[in-house]
Amino acid sequence: MRFQLRHVINKNLSHLRNEMHTSLNLLHPNQSGTITAIEASTELTGRMSALGLRLGRRVEVVRLAPLQGPIQIRVGHTELMIRRIDAAKINIQLNT
Amino acid sequence: MKRIALLGMPNTGKSTFFNRLTGAGARVGNWPGITVDLLSAKVLLAGSMVEIVDLPGIYNLHGFSDDEQVVRHFLESQAVNGLAVILNATQLDRQLALLLQLKSLKLPLTLVLNMADEAKQMGIKIDLERLSKDLGVPVTMISAKYGQGFGSVRIATEALLRDHPDAILADGKAFNQDDNIEVELDRIVSDTVSTPITLPPDLSRRLDKVLLHPWLGLPLFFITVFILFQLVYGIGTPLQDGTGWLLDHFKTAILEPALSQAPAPLKSFIIEGLFDGVGTVLTFLPIIIVFFMFMAIIEDSGYLARAAYLMDAVMAKVGLDGRSFVMQLMGFGCNVPALMGTRVMRSRALRLLTMMVIPFSLCSARLQVFLFFTTAIFAPRAAAMVMFSLYLMSFLMAFLTALVWRGKYRSQEPLLLELPPYRFPTFKQLLTQGWQQSGHFIRGASGFIVAGVVIVWALTHYPFDVPPASPTTLAGQLASWMEPIFAPLGVDRLLSVALLFGFIAKEIVIGALAVIYGAGQSNLSGIIASQLDWVQAYSFMLFTLIYTPCLSTVAVLKQESKSYWFTTIAVVWPLGLAWVVSFAFYQGARALGL
Repeated sequence: MRFQLRHVINKNLSHLRNEMHTSLNLLHPNQSGTITAIEASTELTGRMSALGLRLGRRVEVVRLAPLQGPIQIRVGHTELMIRRIDAAKINIQLNT
Repeated sequence: MKRIALLGMPNTGKSTFFNRLTGAGARVGNWPGITVDLLSAKVLLAGSMVEIVDLPGIYNLHGFSDDEQVVRHFLESQAVNGLAVILNATQLDRQLALLLQLKSLKLPLTLVLNMADEAKQMGIKIDLERLSKDLGVPVTMISAKYGQGFGSVRIATEALLRDHPDAILADGKAFNQDDNIEVELDRIVSDTVSTPITLPPDLSRRLDKVLLHPWLGLPLFFITVFILFQLVYGIGTPLQDGTGWLLDHFKTAILEPALSQAPAPLKSFIIEGLFDGVGTVLTFLPIIIVFFMFMAIIEDSGYLARAAYLMDAVMAKVGLDGRSFVMQLMGFGCNVPALMGTRVMRSRALRLLTMMVIPFSLCSARLQVFLFFTTAIFAPRAAAMVMFSLYLMSFLMAFLTALVWRGKYRSQEPLLLELPPYRFPTFKQLLTQGWQQSGHFIRGASGFIVAGVVIVWALTHYPFDVPPASPTTLAGQLASWMEPIFAPLGVDRLLSVALLFGFIAKEIVIGALAVIYGAGQSNLSGIIASQLDWVQAYSFMLFTLIYTPCLSTVAVLKQESKSYWFTTIAVVWPLGLAWVVSFAFYQGARALGL
């Protein structure tokens, strides 16, 4: 419920700015976008970067695990799992 | 000035390597007779300035392309202290040819394998030690892109400079010699590099659709693990019987005759203490090796990462993560490799909490005890239910423990894992893995096992003039002393001695009971069934399930945590828990009039 609400607010805000800005945890399966910012600790940013999660890279959500479990994403040819809480730290501009 | 030349095939990340190694100070050098620009830079290595020259990438020493001519001319005219050869770790089957050719130049060499990250991603494994020995050249592995491994490259380069303080020219004849390296190349590559069979990405994705299905995923995973355990025992048990047979024959044919003149206590110490005790553990070695091999399959296949994905949500609620669950499941085979598997976790807190939970996994050794008791005491239909309830208890105790201790071992470790394409390790990889891991286990645990065996032997055999494990022996006295503790659990004096044995290894509990009751394996069931009612038996099984699994586990807990304090907690907590649970069950059942 909270997620949905945030999603709606996010969507409305992005309409206002005429941009599709959101964060990775709010994407649906098969949706993709470009990373515009990563707001994580230095260590986590480093690990994300080592696995291909860097600014300007395109990410696609493949599927969501049940019970609010992790998200399966695809960056380039690499597939990763990331917890929703960590995915929230990645800002995304939706591809249209 | 000392000089090192960088050499390698095109597109091996040689320039990235050069830039990382030298920093910003590169300049275009001017070399007599060479028309192409060569980058060089000065670096402080081993206390003196060393010039690093980046030679053009070449495929072959005998080629006639411009780049190859440049390299040849440079090495013939400029003396160097050594060559640093950079090869792509993912293409060693082709690229090692260049190194073998370069060896004929008789220049000091050091080999740098780049793209360690990609090799890892592709599941390629390289035995660096063996490769270095086969080539006669020091080998280091790096990822120039991510800057990993540069420390060891510097060390290798400095060693090369120390060993070869004088710069020399290449042996010019070698450029014209026709080489015959194909056979050597094939041999070295097949000895040191193993590449798994990888499923193409689209097939992996289709497989994921089923295996990562929101509701089918987990049941499928459990079924796979179940089949795996069946296989491990299908293959391991005959091997175990074989080992037991060999040891038995050794005992009766060699050991006993050799000791026939020895004094009785010494004979008993060597045969019933050391040999029987260590032998019992040794017979489990085949199962452990097979288990490690199968674990390598699952580990390398990429399926473990998927199981972690499926279970992470549940595990996060008790302070663990998806990988903890995978290790817990591995523990159902044997706790020892599962504990060692926690090395993948970076956060120490998370790792310790996972290590705390794993010993509750109902391992194969405990399964033996339970199978024996359930078949002796319960009707077949009830026996299956009893077994199921024990598995349930195993999970319950693990989650309870995580809940209780997660405050102390709190971790913020983010779970960010790669889900690699499915792949299958080669048979050779399996053998190496099984061998190396088992070797590690034996080296780590053998001291503990021998010590434990000796202690239990002393307890049950001293004084020597009474029957083993009888009331006047130390173990018997200990049992009387423990009686107030175990009587409220319905565990009698004789059974409590068996629990003492079980501390070494659950594998020897049944054998110990046979000695204690003075019965053979075959009529032990009858004796047990006549002496215990089901409430007592179940209470005994609960205690056996929950308390310290075995000495090997304790040894590994200590080895992996490197903390006596943690090891103490990890032994005392399950002991207390076992007592409380058995007590609650036994007294509850009796209160209900059962």
